Amino acid sequence: MLSIKNLHASVEGTPILKGINLEVKAGEVHAIMGPNGSGKSTLASVLAGREEYEVTEGEVSFKSKDLLDLSPEDRAREGVFLAFQYPVEIPGVSSTNFLRTAVNQVREYRGLEPLDAVKFLSLMKEKMKLVEIDQKLLSRSLNEGFSGGEKKRNEIFQMAMLEPTLSILDETDSGLDIDALRIVSNGVNQLKSDNNATIVVTHYQRLLDYIVPDFVHVLYNGKIVKSGTKELAMELEEKGYDWIKEEADKATV
Amino acid sequence: MTTITKDNITDSLLATVHPNGNSEAAQVIRENGFPTTKHEEYKFTNITKRIESKIQSFQQAKPLGLTQQDVSKAMIKDLDADVVVFNNGQFSAELSSLGEGYAVTNVTNSEAPFSIKDLYDDSYLALNKASFEKGVFIQVPKNKVLDKPVLLLNLVKANDGQLITPKLWIDCAENTEAVFIEQTVSQDEQAYLLNGSVEIKTASNSHIHYYRVQNQNNEALEVNNLLTDIHRDSTFTSFVLSLEGDMIRNNVTLNLLDSGCEGNMYGLYLLGGKTHVDNHTNVDHTKPHSESNELYKGVLADTSRGVFNGKIFVREDAQKTNAFQQNNNILLSDEATINTKPQLEIWADDVKCSHGCTTGQLDEEALFYLQARGIDKKQGKALLLYAFAGDVLEHLKIEAFKEYCIDLVQKKLGTNF
Amino acid sequence: MSKDNQILEEFTSKEYEHGWSVNYEADEAPIGLNEEIIRWISAKKEEPQWLLDWRLKAFRAWEKMTEPEWANVHYPKIDLQKLRYYSAPKQSKKPKNLDEVDPELLQIYERLGISLNEQKRLQGIAVDAVLDSVSVGTTFKETLGKLGIIFCSFSEAVHNHPELVKKYLGSVVPMTDNYYAALNSAVFSDGSFCYIPKGVRCPMELSTYFRINAANTGQFERTLIVADEGSYCSYLEGCTAPQRDENQLHAAVVEIFAAKDAEVKYSTVQNWFPGDKEGKGGIFNFVTKRGICFGDNSKISWTQVETGSAVTWKYPSCILKGDNSIGEFYSVAVTNNYQQADTGTKMIHIGKNTKSRIVSKGISAGKSQNSYRGQVQVMKRAHNARNFSQCDSLLMGSKCGAHTFPYIDIQNSTAKVEHEATTSKIGEDQLFYCNQRGIATEDAVALIVNGYAKEVLNQLPMEFAVEAQKLLALTLEGSVG
Repeated sequence: MLSIKNLHASVEGTPILKGINLEVKAGEVHAIMGPNGSGKSTLASVLAGREEYEVTEGEVSFKSKDLLDLSPEDRAREGVFLAFQYPVEIPGVSSTNFLRTAVNQVREYRGLEPLDAVKFLSLMKEKMKLVEIDQKLLSRSLNEGFSGGEKKRNEIFQMAMLEPTLSILDETDSGLDIDALRIVSNGVNQLKSDNNATIVVTHYQRLLDYIVPDFVHVLYNGKIVKSGTKELAMELEEKGYDWIKEEADKATV
Repeated sequence: MTTITKDNITDSLLATVHPNGNSEAAQVIRENGFPTTKHEEYKFTNITKRIESKIQSFQQAKPLGLTQQDVSKAMIKDLDADVVVFNNGQFSAELSSLGEGYAVTNVTNSEAPFSIKDLYDDSYLALNKASFEKGVFIQVPKNKVLDKPVLLLNLVKANDGQLITPKLWIDCAENTEAVFIEQTVSQDEQAYLLNGSVEIKTASNSHIHYYRVQNQNNEALEVNNLLTDIHRDSTFTSFVLSLEGDMIRNNVTLNLLDSGCEGNMYGLYLLGGKTHVDNHTNVDHTKPHSESNELYKGVLADTSRGVFNGKIFVREDAQKTNAFQQNNNILLSDEATINTKPQLEIWADDVKCSHGCTTGQLDEEALFYLQARGIDKKQGKALLLYAFAGDVLEHLKIEAFKEYCIDLVQKKLGTNF
Repeated sequence: MSKDNQILEEFTSKEYEHGWSVNYEADEAPIGLNEEIIRWISAKKEEPQWLLDWRLKAFRAWEKMTEPEWANVHYPKIDLQKLRYYSAPKQSKKPKNLDEVDPELLQIYERLGISLNEQKRLQGIAVDAVLDSVSVGTTFKETLGKLGIIFCSFSEAVHNHPELVKKYLGSVVPMTDNYYAALNSAVFSDGSFCYIPKGVRCPMELSTYFRINAANTGQFERTLIVADEGSYCSYLEGCTAPQRDENQLHAAVVEIFAAKDAEVKYSTVQNWFPGDKEGKGGIFNFVTKRGICFGDNSKISWTQVETGSAVTWKYPSCILKGDNSIGEFYSVAVTNNYQQADTGTKMIHIGKNTKSRIVSKGISAGKSQNSYRGQVQVMKRAHNARNFSQCDSLLMGSKCGAHTFPYIDIQNSTAKVEHEATTSKIGEDQLFYCNQRGIATEDAVALIVNGYAKEVLNQLPMEFAVEAQKLLALTLEGSVG
């Protein structure tokens, strides 16, 4: 589904990603871990098409299309969903209005009829249960005055509404208390199917107790320096990142 | 810093510094003396003068002969909590009942576990650091979610000396969650100076609450410093309910040191008689993507006085900061006073900050409406005042504690006003 | 960064839609300002002696006044002696009704999307069209006349209803109120007049459409609305001007008088030429708007959407004299490129239980400067006065500025005054977030800006609100970054 080959990217001339290779197939969950500043969030942003990141080398294909060639909105319409690390607030625009605009523009791109108000609302009701989100919250301005937990739940709710084929969760667990973490993970797990894939970017091993990955990759200094299964994450929790750094630094010398 | 008269009071207080006490702190006092109203931060709160007139015995109060029964009597109803007892400001392991999975240790004056920077070089904080005798250090280890709140129970009474100096450090590791509730209970009606401080450090992704109830005798003087260093993705919430006392000064400082931090400060002060409560808050945003919320509400009757001073710093690096501050007051008498001063210092350009303050009277029309429906004036008043003040309590996490506060607030509004 | 520039480029190259002008034969006063000119204007309009005297008195007062400099705007001084104070399209005879108006003039309004042809008009809006210095026609006069409503050009009112004009002219904005109001009082050429009799609820929106066409001509119109006891009316004002390199001056005066239990709602969508992207040209909009809630329980509500003008200096105000009277001010002020706006309101509480509400939404883009200046004054006698003010600023880009100057002056301890202010910024982040959910950039800008201004737009009559929404999106399109 997603194939990343030798991806290099930089911000304002500073290289951040230095040759990422990653294959993600339908039905899989990949976790990307790594110390602060290793390039985790950059990778997520590059895949979603954020402007300030410049791809200097490499290619990314998504469902056999050149992903890097598409505008951010077209990537979204093709089925790439990014759950933001810091969801953005938009004053005056209700979540409902925002989502309806989004859902219908995505449907239009996919050649589907727009949803009328009734159908849209019933779809919303159904998906709301998934992340235990309150309807009152959705009639308020998008993310404005939401608590950290509510913002993250709203991200997963939007994911449920847009039905993406590739979901990238960028530190969705950061700042969540244990109850909110359970709700969010539960939502993500229920949305999992054989036809979609998930990339979980996280800083805390704890998340992987709730969303169990098929593969774990360690990103360090702009490269994936180690890949493995859930056991790798456990090992990281125990030993920290230093041994990985040492190994990686040795290899580059 | 403004020059401050160094007179007897400074010497008297300095004399209480512990022989092994923090020498840096003692130096701060020697240099600055204690603040008078000429000092910008103490402009409306002349606590130093009040100490001068009320305190005769400048010594640390001796521990009281307390029993488990005294402790049980001071407990909050229906609150299932671990208890850390301070006997006249000094940690008492015997009287405490501690939970599992975290460490509570005694700290003597020579060994501070850590120190959080105070931007104001507050002399009372320095005095606390230099003169406490038995402090407490609480450590919550990684991934620990405390299943019960920790009640910090301070039983106080002038005993030989009139100075009471509790000291507390809390260190919360990654992914921890905890609620601390501080309650001071006066054992008689004598005057004393309670000069406490709490320093809290959180590692990443922790969720810590610190609640405080001030409901002491009417002669009590109190200065309190709550200082916190908050790290990545962590949330810290402070709450203070001030009801009784003579003069109280609360300093709260939240240092949001990394991205993803959330700092909340809530306060409610319901004052009658001549009670004077001063809330000084500081929140310092240093890195991008942090948020702070502040809501303080007050009802002031008789000749009481409230002071609110809220500072918000947004440093140059702290883009995408959200900072909200609100202070609302109702004055019930012409002699009651409120001095409110929001202060925003913003150095970053992509931020969302707002502040608001209101001062008003009870809505007489609404009161009349209630009376016209058969509700007596006193109850009608209490109802309207609760409608104004109650929402601050909505932010409290522990149900039994929230009920306790609601009860205190309703009683106060129903009888004293 | 590249995208920012590209978007900005697209936006700044966008032409002002109403920048065209038409050549018609005009009846013009000589250039310059002196007593002779005032006599000339008065004579041209065949005015009675009392009005000429009133003008001359204002002129003499004005001569002693100096231009105000306290506003947060900077512009080259206008040489008032180089302006023309009267310009009117030449018509062979005075038209008695719309059918007799020169079709060429009607076409100007057609082109602006305003049809004066009553059959084609949207139901429910009566229009007075003012071109340069004079009113070219008023629609629905007869329909309104049946209800006793007087809605006509100011000049007509002077001739047909002198007693009303004499009574109310200058009663809300005294001729010596300020520099521009005094100037206007001396040289005003036309405008709209409206009187709603006792107990009448005006069934349709009344509207004035101002158009400056001639070059080097100042527009000094005067609007007077009188709502008698228990009456109601909703009034709309729209404006455009051709794109010219030099600055043009517009110094209007609007007076509203609301008697006991009367309610007047005044809405403006101001789209004067704002100058080009280099800041060249554009209208100087120095306007005095004020209403008095004279009687008990009366209400005046100002709603404005300000997108145009090079420099705006405008504070629609309410004097709340009657007990229980209510004043409202809802404003969206948008500035882009080199535009400067210093706008806000004054709420003066005199009567008991008076209430006022201020909602101001500033949007600054490009290199513009946007200031809110508002005064809430509670006088000694104003027991139980209530005010709520909310001033929000939205910044787009990093070269613009937003400023807030609230003045609160309270002389009565029972007053309850609340003030809220926020400043926020639309950035790449918000747009990217929308993009990531599949929403195209243009739709995202419209979504965000309309969401921000919603509270004010909701106050506008339906048709106007839709127009205003489009105007906002158009004015700001691509200015994000």
